[in-house]
Amino acid sequence: MALLEVEDLTVQFYTDDGVVRAVDGINYEIRRGEALGLVGESGAGKSVASLALLDLIRAPGEIVGGEIRLDGRNLLECSTDELRGIRGDEIAMVFQDADAALNPVYTVGEQIAEAIRVHEDVSDRAARDRAIDLLERVGIPEPAARYTDYPHEFSGGMQQRAVIAMALSCDPDLLVCDEPTTGLDVTVQAGILELLEDLARESDTAIQLVTHDLGIVAELCDRVLVQYAGEIVERAPVEDLYYDPKHPYTVGLLASIPRLGDDRERLPTVPGTVPSLVDPPTGCRFHPRCPYAEDACARRSPPLVEADTETPAAETAPDAHLAACLEYTGDLEDGLDYEVQVRDEPPADRSDRDRGGETR
Amino acid sequence: MSLGRYVLTRLLVAVPVLLGVTVLTFSFLHALPGDPVDAIIGYQSVSPETEASIRAEYHLDRPVWEQYLLWLRDALTLEFGRSPVTGRSVAATIGRRLPATLALGGAAWLLALAIGIPAGIVAAVKRGEPADELSRVAALAGIATPNFWLGLVLLLVFSVRLGWFRVIPPDAPLASLAMAKFMLLPTVTLGTASAALVTRLLRSSMLRELEAGYVRTARAKGLRERTVILKHVLRNSLLPVVTVAGLQLAFLVDGAVVVEQIFSWPGMGRLMVQSILQRNYPVIQAAVLVIGVSIVLVNLLVDIVYAVLDPRIRY
Repeated sequence: MALLEVEDLTVQFYTDDGVVRAVDGINYEIRRGEALGLVGESGAGKSVASLALLDLIRAPGEIVGGEIRLDGRNLLECSTDELRGIRGDEIAMVFQDADAALNPVYTVGEQIAEAIRVHEDVSDRAARDRAIDLLERVGIPEPAARYTDYPHEFSGGMQQRAVIAMALSCDPDLLVCDEPTTGLDVTVQAGILELLEDLARESDTAIQLVTHDLGIVAELCDRVLVQYAGEIVERAPVEDLYYDPKHPYTVGLLASIPRLGDDRERLPTVPGTVPSLVDPPTGCRFHPRCPYAEDACARRSPPLVEADTETPAAETAPDAHLAACLEYTGDLEDGLDYEVQVRDEPPADRSDRDRGGETR
Repeated sequence: MSLGRYVLTRLLVAVPVLLGVTVLTFSFLHALPGDPVDAIIGYQSVSPETEASIRAEYHLDRPVWEQYLLWLRDALTLEFGRSPVTGRSVAATIGRRLPATLALGGAAWLLALAIGIPAGIVAAVKRGEPADELSRVAALAGIATPNFWLGLVLLLVFSVRLGWFRVIPPDAPLASLAMAKFMLLPTVTLGTASAALVTRLLRSSMLRELEAGYVRTARAKGLRERTVILKHVLRNSLLPVVTVAGLQLAFLVDGAVVVEQIFSWPGMGRLMVQSILQRNYPVIQAAVLVIGVSIVLVNLLVDIVYAVLDPRIRY
């Protein structure tokens, strides 16, 4: 049994414009110690799907269906007290924007110690000592002295480290990271990623990493889910996704990653924007933006199947490569016409051309 | 910067403000048209000798700056001279009246917080529910009701009709049970509007804070909702309330002038009204100075409380 099993999870928001299905029947699982990436554009429903894991969706939002099982126990059937026992203890969250995630009027140390005290029967002294150990573990220098600092006395990167320390305080089975590096300087980002990578390697804590940045996923994750307009459109082990993307949307996302040594003047983008979820497009939700769309795409909603065998998602192994595109059910007449270029090294002619540029 | 240094800085900044208060209070006697002696003695005709002695007593025969310094020296030693009306020491009169007003104002202020804080919390947490609507209507009524009207109605109903309370204060020491009982109606009269204001202010402040990221973090830690609200949200939400609660003191002094009159309360408000009617300028001057200084001191206290509540404020 996997650590976390999400089945048909559906979350709605009731807005003035109508009902928004931010998450529309998604299925996935996370195994113990595994790092799973959840990627997609803003508005794809990634953060909502993550908050739902802790039942932290607040009005006007609501989980309207599905199951979230942790070690086989359905969280959506737990009482408020049982849920409180799970939050922070078994599933912990690292939010984006650490500055906002920390309470400005309490010391950083107190906020970490509080997370320990709420789940474990420890003395204030012991909670304090453990909080200091955690600060040290996430790489904060002079942790004992920084314990009594307030959040505004920390830099952005240090704040994010403190938030991670707080999330790790009770040694959770699952760490949900929602855009943990967004808004940080690139060098600071690298430090945070390294920290998360070490954690993923050293402990058997599973990680669900929510991001719009496929580069971060490549560094950290074992498997990836690509979410589009509330649905999962592709699921694969991380190498398979990068070397052999199956869904046109994933292809678009990969093409838009800037690379070191890139000689493209403009990055290609996925044309258009994420559709309104009040009234989503018929058939495949991606078809209005898809360069390979055919008439059938507007009529039929593609199921998530194993790309090579057409096996329905429910019957596949966790490491299978799934995609939701009519191509894989044999319903596209012209097929998908894209080519994946794998460039592990910068192109050979590149250095020559650069030198030529300098002499001119 | 440490809290100690912050407090010291605020204290030093308060000194010029206090001096400003004394200059204004001193000037007001001289700003009146005509000779200050006329202002002091009113329109009675007095002998030249009496006039000269009054001039000497109030240092009116000296240049203005010297008069100010002498007056300031006297004020610092709480030496405000005698009342020209009663002949009693002004300092002693104020010393008797001030505690009564402090007691009434303090009680009204505590009542405002005791009602306003819980009501504000409930209204915010139960947003849109009947409890919130009820608090909204009650707060609107509280703010819209003039205190002189409320005071008269309470006096009429509970003291005159039902006879539960005395109409005038008992002849008892301030710190006595009889006095505490009598103080109930004036306290309610004075505190109602402030309670309503605190309720509304805390409600909107809490609704804003409830959206903050740290609230989600607190919930994600597995804290009880009660802890999330009372420990995390409330402390942040109280910051604007503290500011207004300080300003409310000036408002309560205003209100005290009317309320003390209605309930015959022997405080500073009533003393000021009497003194103004009697054109008793030395008493008015001293009373205004005492009230001005108290307001400056309370605001100093507010700044310090603010700094204790919000660690960011020292920067």
